[in-house]
Amino acid sequence: MSREGKTKRSILPSGAEHRLLREKSRSSARALRQIPTVYVALVFLFLYAPMLVMIVFSFNGQNSTAVMDWNLSFRWYNEFFSNRELLRAVRNTLVLALLSSAIATVIGTAAAVALDAWKKNLTRGAVLAVTDIPMMAPDIVTGISMMLLFVFAGGLLGQRAILGFSTILIAHVTFCLPYVILSVLPRLRQTDRHLTEAAQDLGCTPAQAFIKVTLPNVLSAILTGALMAFTLSLDDFVISYFTTGSSFQTLPIAIYSMTRRPVKPTIFALSTLILVGIFVLLLLINAAQARSDKKLQGAKK
Amino acid sequence: MRTLSNTARRMLSAPYALWSLLFILAPMLFVVYYAFTDKSGAFSLDNIKGLTGYAGVFGRSVWYSVAATVICFIIAYPLALCLAGMRERTQRTLIMLIMLPMWMSFLIRTYAWLCLLQDQGIVNGVLERINLPRIHMINTPGAVILGMVYNYLPYMIVPLYNVLSKLDKSLLEASHDLGANSAQSLMRVTLPLSLPGIASGITMVFVPSISTFYISQKMSTNNISMIGDVIESQFITAYNYNMGAAISLVLMVLILVSMMVMRRFTDSDGEVVV
Repeated sequence: MSREGKTKRSILPSGAEHRLLREKSRSSARALRQIPTVYVALVFLFLYAPMLVMIVFSFNGQNSTAVMDWNLSFRWYNEFFSNRELLRAVRNTLVLALLSSAIATVIGTAAAVALDAWKKNLTRGAVLAVTDIPMMAPDIVTGISMMLLFVFAGGLLGQRAILGFSTILIAHVTFCLPYVILSVLPRLRQTDRHLTEAAQDLGCTPAQAFIKVTLPNVLSAILTGALMAFTLSLDDFVISYFTTGSSFQTLPIAIYSMTRRPVKPTIFALSTLILVGIFVLLLLINAAQARSDKKLQGAKK
Repeated sequence: MRTLSNTARRMLSAPYALWSLLFILAPMLFVVYYAFTDKSGAFSLDNIKGLTGYAGVFGRSVWYSVAATVICFIIAYPLALCLAGMRERTQRTLIMLIMLPMWMSFLIRTYAWLCLLQDQGIVNGVLERINLPRIHMINTPGAVILGMVYNYLPYMIVPLYNVLSKLDKSLLEASHDLGANSAQSLMRVTLPLSLPGIASGITMVFVPSISTFYISQKMSTNNISMIGDVIESQFITAYNYNMGAAISLVLMVLILVSMMVMRRFTDSDGEVVV
């Protein structure tokens, strides 16, 4: 914006002297144009500095996360792959994320379908308000509130060590549900009701109409919700921390207990692996997106 | 018009209704219940009275998280403006790269900063190499705020970028044509129109900042405690669930109040300008 203002003003005067001025202002305009690039680069440096540290130190030749030994080695990668506790934590995290996102997707999609067909009244408003709670409340409050419930229930059942796989599963399903509902509900809103009605007029039962007409329409929204739930579950530390016991450790919890002691570069090796995996995944998604955009553009022409 | 029968609707919504009653509403009620009872379960206001002892922690938490939110905004707004002015493909790639660190566990990201900033850490190593004095960085308020800014900056950038990239460019042209300079159109057109993005960015940075416990633990090596740390220690080490619940209740109230204040602020501002 400021560039335009500058060049406009410099066009006004004429003559050799002013031509020189114009040249000058042009080169300063060119310099100004670089400012956004430089600024973006600086912010990226800030965002990626710790990542770089992590990647470099994962190849450290000695056991330190402060002093770098440039005799690079893969020993921390080896150590990760032979660390049973960490590997079990990885497996636990994946199992938990798969299960909780699947349960949340089924319950959440059913709830969204029901909410979509629901007349606007107080009950519906209340249900939606309750759905907002886990998204609004800070993780630590969600975590301790569920912990209180579980501990209380454990007291009633006479079980002191109730925290474990089942409680963390319940907790994960709970914080994933709103994301599934809020992903599927708007899409149901957008689908044409007349289509379902037409299917029923043509002899489908409501269930058949749902499976043959509504479901294919909202499938992508359901998948988005499921994927969101999956990644949220993978990444969660705070809620898991309060709702699981020593019997079931997820990766973030294992990392937490590792960082309480002086850390070996092993977790950096693990994070480098994760980072590379995600990066490749995102590149693929981006490429697929670019290709479908091109197709769309081609189709428009 | 409704294609679902009442029974079908009830059957579909029953699991979720039951689930949210049991695992969303009931836990919240438990927080209130524990906050107002003592260990034996009898009604008591001792926890609420005991909160005065944590006034310093509350003040510090609010102060640090407000600082982190403001810094995030100051960094993110120009960045979002720059991004919105770039080519579309570049925009998409850069936004993807901004989100990439968020896929890493924030535990590891925070720990990496500890490696950079600690007294025997990387930054000090570099300083020593070029014959500059070492700086004590970890265990200062600045380090804690830096940890928050670093972890939650993307949450500020993305909503701001979303509103700014969809901003109608002809409005800016109009304001230029009407004689506004760049600064004026920024203040009177771009900024007011991006208020919804600003509001959601502020919420998304402020809420996790004020309730964090890991960041303050690591960046201050357990010396600076925030609300989150106090709650965590009440539940994990002190086993005083009642006190912990009372503090959590205050945290919830703090967040609700600040959200209401902010919503009011952004709404009225929007109305004045539009």
